[in-house]
Amino acid sequence: MGWGLKLELKGITKRFGSLVANDHIDLVVQPGQVHSLLGENGAGKSTLMNVLYGLYEPTEGQILVDDKPVTFDGPGDAMAAGIGMVHQHFMLVPVFTVAENVALGNEATKAAGMLNLDDTRARIREISDQYGFQVDPDAVIEDLPVGVQQRVEIIKALVRDAEVLILDEPTAVLTPKETDELLGIMGQLKADGKAIVFISHKLREVKAVSDIITVIRRGKVVGDAPPSASTTELAEMMVGRAVSLTLNKAAAQPGEETFTVSDLTVLSATGQRVVDGLSFGIARGEIMAVAGVQGNGQTELTEAILGLQDHVSGSIRLEGHELVGKKVKDIIEAGVGFVPEDRSVEGLVGTFSVAENLILNRYDQPPFARGLAMKPAVINKNAEQYIAEFDVRTQSAEAAAGTLSGGNQQKVVMARELSRPLKLFIASQPTRGVDVGSIEFLHKRIVAERDVGTPVLIVSTELDEVLELADRIAVLYQGRLMGIVPAGTSRGELGLMMAGMNAEEAQAQQAQVEAEQTDVEGGEA
Amino acid sequence: MSADETGQQTGNRPEHGGKPAASDEQRLLAAAELGDGTQAPPAVPASAERLQPELREQQTVIQRIVTGNALVSVLAVVLALVAGGILIALTNEEVARTSSYFFARPQDMLIAAWTASSEAYIALFQGAVFNADGSTFTRMIYPLTQTLTVAAPLICAGLGVALAFRAGLFNIGAQGQIIIGATLAAWVGFSWHLPVGLHLLLVILAGIVGGALWGGLVGLLKAKTGAHEVIVSIMLNYVAINLVLYLLTIPAFQRPGSTNPISPQLDETAMYPPLFGDAFRLHWGFIVAILATAFAWWLLNRSTIGFELRAVGSNPHAARTAGISVTKGYVVVMVIAGALAGLAGTAQVAGTEQVLTAGVAASFGFDAITVALLGRSTPWGTFAAGVLFGAFRAGGVTMQTNTGTAIDIVLVVQSLIVLFIAAPPLVRAIFRLPEPGRLTAKPRKTASTGGAA
Repeated sequence: MGWGLKLELKGITKRFGSLVANDHIDLVVQPGQVHSLLGENGAGKSTLMNVLYGLYEPTEGQILVDDKPVTFDGPGDAMAAGIGMVHQHFMLVPVFTVAENVALGNEATKAAGMLNLDDTRARIREISDQYGFQVDPDAVIEDLPVGVQQRVEIIKALVRDAEVLILDEPTAVLTPKETDELLGIMGQLKADGKAIVFISHKLREVKAVSDIITVIRRGKVVGDAPPSASTTELAEMMVGRAVSLTLNKAAAQPGEETFTVSDLTVLSATGQRVVDGLSFGIARGEIMAVAGVQGNGQTELTEAILGLQDHVSGSIRLEGHELVGKKVKDIIEAGVGFVPEDRSVEGLVGTFSVAENLILNRYDQPPFARGLAMKPAVINKNAEQYIAEFDVRTQSAEAAAGTLSGGNQQKVVMARELSRPLKLFIASQPTRGVDVGSIEFLHKRIVAERDVGTPVLIVSTELDEVLELADRIAVLYQGRLMGIVPAGTSRGELGLMMAGMNAEEAQAQQAQVEAEQTDVEGGEA
Repeated sequence: MSADETGQQTGNRPEHGGKPAASDEQRLLAAAELGDGTQAPPAVPASAERLQPELREQQTVIQRIVTGNALVSVLAVVLALVAGGILIALTNEEVARTSSYFFARPQDMLIAAWTASSEAYIALFQGAVFNADGSTFTRMIYPLTQTLTVAAPLICAGLGVALAFRAGLFNIGAQGQIIIGATLAAWVGFSWHLPVGLHLLLVILAGIVGGALWGGLVGLLKAKTGAHEVIVSIMLNYVAINLVLYLLTIPAFQRPGSTNPISPQLDETAMYPPLFGDAFRLHWGFIVAILATAFAWWLLNRSTIGFELRAVGSNPHAARTAGISVTKGYVVVMVIAGALAGLAGTAQVAGTEQVLTAGVAASFGFDAITVALLGRSTPWGTFAAGVLFGAFRAGGVTMQTNTGTAIDIVLVVQSLIVLFIAAPPLVRAIFRLPEPGRLTAKPRKTASTGGAA
């Protein structure tokens, strides 16, 4: 076979009932190339890769390996043909060692069925040295950082002699540093003649690492683009229309500071201070956005405000009333609207109808109920109204919320929370997993809520979302406030604060970095 | 702390590709990047494990079993009856005799097998629904009334189990709840002497209270200590059985002059009046069962309590976030489940048995689980399943006396029903039905991009 193998998809079509997930997709992946698949959520990228990996059987079309047609009945066949896949969700046993995980599925045995991992260990060391993975075969998976776990997945594929590697949204779970390392690894694998299919929606990464970019929209290949294509072009190909890039929001008109948090500390179940002495206030008509890397206390902060956390000390006051120690129900009734970060787990009951989900926290309030009796007619009328107002795409108000797409689920949650008079609106990751059209809409609704004079607290790990919505930005690091900075603060400075620098230090260092960059660019020119 | 899961829970990252950010290319590039910060430190693994995957796992398993397809329920019954028929044939003497020359004249054995199983099932039908050979009309429809008499406690207890299922709890304790309900009802029935009407009312109330206490205890222990409801309710079954055995040895409960563990007969005023006169055993307990079913339906589908219970059962995390107290939900549903089981106990002591014995609950508490499963935990489904099981019990006796087929076959059929319901893929495979999630679940992966689609 020599140097890698060539993979070709010809007219791949995959239908689920009447839904066409992939529509005559043609794709040629050459050895020694990084081939990116770019597309929005639900564009059909993952379906295509699952077809390629033998998890789905294509309705029509052919897969060719080195110009020979093949059919895959399962991942085993695909692996045997030299195709390896690194899933977005790792397929590793957390309590097993690296070597055990790699061996899993084709374990070598010694006499009497004893496991023989020596060869596996040797292979792991070999691959690890070759590509600079720095993976210890005897480390236990759950002790390893996410980035290293991902390398173990790559090793798993390489041990099975994969020549084509499919990486499904590999950077979604990585920190920026780990992402850079991964991109480096991809470069090495490519140099070694492997073909890499890189699935992503992050234009920067795609542009940085690809040799060719194929854009998929609604199950069809829109076209190929070179990595030199501009981000605007790529974005438009992906979305299918000119993208509105700015949220035209008026300047905030902050009023009285009606929401204050003082010296708030939240302990985790294990006694860690996950929120550590936070103090801040939000004025009426102002959006405060909390920035930070996921897991730095944002979740606990919002949950503490809603009364969902158990070990809370300090004070949270809304219009003069203390919220700490109150029940969730009382806090909701006090006028706190809450969009939780994981809508499908915390925001919706998937088996409930859209109509029921739209009253999930007001089911026992008039006009939806009188005494113990609920009023289906009122509930359905309410649903019709908000489905229309928020443009929720659903078959009917009776459809189970779990059958809606992510963006529409989020609209249901937002509609519910914004459908009553609020004294505080909290939204955690308000647009995570939401398509571009809906993001614009949801952002406008959030700003509209601000403009009627509600204090708004946004938590987002998406820095661009923070920059877009915020009137002020609070940066959290390990549960502590690194500072509150104005909306116009640079990404670099915010990044430094998210890494644990306070506002002044970050400002100083950012100024220095920018100065250096100017020098370097000047030198290159 | 499995860091990989941390990332996964956040799952579907948004598509930022063309996210609105700023008008120029540079801002778009910025927008396109995951906003995890530019110089981020290794993330402290997020608190994502609050999700308790094992809890979610349990929820989905329960949900899959209890809210399966109605068709699967019906087919499970059909399959179980077919399997039962084969068993009847296999144990039949005539079939055994003819099988000795099967290769010479196979039709003999096949005919014998058909005769054995069809006769058994005809007898079952005659004993459970309608006996065309009866000398009078009363005789003819007597079997049906017997079925309904047996069905009454099954329905009530089945409703209790079904409601708990809907709140995400496996209530294995219907047996104990029936016993305690029956004990209290019986005690009010034979030791108090009150006017007609009031007495029965108090007996029913006592049954409800007894069951509610026993069920509520399970809910309370689950809510306060996190004890698993299956363990607690099974253990409370033993407590209840032994408690009633003990009570029947003390003067307050034991029939005067008797050395057997049996209570005095309940007062006439304490008993459910017969529904169609004294010729039939069918009593008003069945009407109570119908009312209980209607009540359960209303409670579940039209009341705020039912809304809470279903929310807690389907997604406790979302329920909590919406201000619904999960622990309160557990207590409430177990109180109601126990009360319904208590009604079953009342139907036994104040209707069918008319005395309290240690065997007052028979195996109703366990059959109730099957009934709820077969009824897919919907109130009217449970009602239908209760009637079916009542028919099995009533008809099984006739089947044994008329055809000599062991009544145990009925038990086997009942057990097979559970088996088939718990294994829908098996039923689907046998009848070649399509996978239910196939047309809905998988396309979700590819579902159109939100509202923009």
